[in-house]
Amino acid sequence: MKIKTSECDIVVVGVGGQGVILISSIIGKAALKACLSVRSAETHGMAQRGGSVINHLRIGCVFGPMVPLGGADILLALEPAEALRYAHYLSKEGVALVNVKPVFPSTVTTGQSRYPPLEDILAPLERICMDIKTVDATKLAVKAGNPQTMNVVMLGVLSKYIPISEEILIESLSESVPAKFLEVNRRAFELGKSEIKA
Amino acid sequence: MREYLLGNAAIARGILEAGASVVTSYPGTPASEIVETLAPFTKKYDLHVEWSVNEKVALEVAIGASWTGTRAAAVMKHVGLNVAADPFMTLAYTGVRGGLVVISSDDPFCHSSQNEQDSRRYAQFACIPCIDPADPQEARDMTIYAFELSEELELPVLLRPTTRVSHARADVEVGEIEENRVKPEFLRNPVRWVALPAHARPRHSVLLEKQDAIKAALEKSPWNRLVLRGELGVIASGISGLYAEEAIKQLDVDISILRIGTFPPPEGLCSEFIMHVSKVMVIEELEPVLEEYVERAAREHNPDLDILGKRTGHIPREGELDPYIVRNAIANMADLPLVESPSLREASEILPPRPPALCPGCGHRAAYYAMREAFGEDAIFPSDIGCYTLAVDMGTIDTCLCMGASITLASGIRFSGEERDICCSIGDSTFLHTGLPGLLNAAYNKARITIAILDNSTTAMTGHQPHPGTGVTASGDKTKAVSLASLAKALGADFVETADPYDLKATIETFKRARDYHGLAVVITKQVCVINERRAGIKRNPFMVNENCTGCRECVEFGCPAIEFEEDCARINSLCTGCGVCAQICPSEAIEVVKVK
Repeated sequence: MKIKTSECDIVVVGVGGQGVILISSIIGKAALKACLSVRSAETHGMAQRGGSVINHLRIGCVFGPMVPLGGADILLALEPAEALRYAHYLSKEGVALVNVKPVFPSTVTTGQSRYPPLEDILAPLERICMDIKTVDATKLAVKAGNPQTMNVVMLGVLSKYIPISEEILIESLSESVPAKFLEVNRRAFELGKSEIKA
Repeated sequence: MREYLLGNAAIARGILEAGASVVTSYPGTPASEIVETLAPFTKKYDLHVEWSVNEKVALEVAIGASWTGTRAAAVMKHVGLNVAADPFMTLAYTGVRGGLVVISSDDPFCHSSQNEQDSRRYAQFACIPCIDPADPQEARDMTIYAFELSEELELPVLLRPTTRVSHARADVEVGEIEENRVKPEFLRNPVRWVALPAHARPRHSVLLEKQDAIKAALEKSPWNRLVLRGELGVIASGISGLYAEEAIKQLDVDISILRIGTFPPPEGLCSEFIMHVSKVMVIEELEPVLEEYVERAAREHNPDLDILGKRTGHIPREGELDPYIVRNAIANMADLPLVESPSLREASEILPPRPPALCPGCGHRAAYYAMREAFGEDAIFPSDIGCYTLAVDMGTIDTCLCMGASITLASGIRFSGEERDICCSIGDSTFLHTGLPGLLNAAYNKARITIAILDNSTTAMTGHQPHPGTGVTASGDKTKAVSLASLAKALGADFVETADPYDLKATIETFKRARDYHGLAVVITKQVCVINERRAGIKRNPFMVNENCTGCRECVEFGCPAIEFEEDCARINSLCTGCGVCAQICPSEAIEVVKVK
């Protein structure tokens, strides 16, 4: 029997500029409100210039901030290629939550590399983890009223899987986004959440 | 009260709670957020916070404040301590009055750095104490302790967080902020503050005599924790101690552990530990500082002790450690099964790389394009440290060594007798950091080179901090904006021209004039960072590709993330910022501005 050293280990991955740090921070603050100890490790600096970004988030953990390889309960991916890039963090019992809308890296736009078809990205993911949920979060964010809220759509998706109540997550969200964008963010959260209900 | 704090914010909180009066820094990942967190509090707590022009300046300003009896901190990344090494080494002789904490943030794995040097060696070198926090809570607690220790010993104290502490977030218990600042008073005392040989010699003796006091203070500090269990042991410093604790719990093994947070390590605890165990693994990132100490101590206390670590190849000396590496290292020592790296074949086979890149519309890309057009592929292009180093694939970055080394390397290449054209590039903030002496030297010693100052009016890579050219201080106050062109002229450059890189033709012509100039030429390419432009609400109409596109790929080769290539023609995506440079590159007039209806 595996000994757990964290109640819930999440890796949040995506592309610099997609809002990986913001949603990690919303979850972290929510964990604190829920009186859970929380640890996270962020990507800053050079990696933020459109590069690949990973944030580690450990809820109910008092050890280091990094999720052990093969130990993540949840892989929350804001971009499909990034989901595969960090899939080795997922535990065999883990769940992958993936926004399926690709963001092409400069290596693809300039024709040096090819962006693989979505099914080629998802197949190995399906093989290694317990469950995978794919969401067109970018489309839902547009439906919510602002494509920038894609990260919050994915937060809504995630809300069904973490040991923090929805009320607390919403409270933390409200404190983390400017007041004038709160409504659109709440809609984005709801749309993400209802993807899992359905 | 508990707050969810970034490690750097926790250090900033510690600085506030300790009642410091002066905090100085030059931006550098992973240290930049410390001063950024403090900046809004300058007025409320009567705190002077500054972005200094470089780390040597930062440390010296902090020393001045400490010598008046007030508390001060100088903040930098690990390589910044190289720049500040001159005052740092002699400061250990003179000592301090008000607590002085030097914060040098290490970056194992070079996440955002040109090397992964270990600052603990600097503390050893200078014979001062070093504190190595494991997480944001310790970072806050140890910062306050470091000020107290500094005053007790009258020595500077080095706080050495690593990237995974500086850029970790955790729930942190915080205390009250000290609102009463010590009244400053500089007391004349030449024997202390004037490091003449006659004064320095006895101060060196004082420093050496203080070593026992350092050890005694650290021995009774709460930052070293011993848990004796079985005769296998782990001794680990800083964040490695947390990885080790987690691994021991996961493996469910009876392993003794000594976690180290101070250097020099505590003699009493170490000898007790060394005598208890028969085999020990020393776990620390980068240099074997702790390992060397354990080896020495074992010779005295337990000569038969089996020591595993970097010398035996069990723990890497390069890169950063993580829970996976540490778990397997400990499992290996305990003869337990290792976990295999769950790497996925597909991830390395089918995924396109996603390296960080210059932003769409970045003026640096246009400046480099113009530079290459004017100088040709055969010229030599020394460069420097900043966002612009991301343009390494454009063929105009031949060197990057350390802050300010573009101009000086270019000079040396010229003085070697190399006859090809040389055009070096340096950003505005880097130029003000350590480019100035290089330019002065080039002018004085008659280096026939071109210097391109890529001026985006900010320190972009580290998070858009202001500098002396911007007219704004760290705390947001207006100040004198220094002119880079006037500076270049004053330092001895006769040819100084400024160009807008968005005007490609004019910029190419400017570079050509610089290339043909028989002396030192300075070209300033001036275009505000696109991120700052967007934040300021400045918008340009985007561009689009029309039916004239022949699919020649000239625009695609430019490398802007807003330009894609689909089937047989180019396409401009929604990332376009409207800089219009690609339209000037296109040989077929196939790129035009989108007309707003």
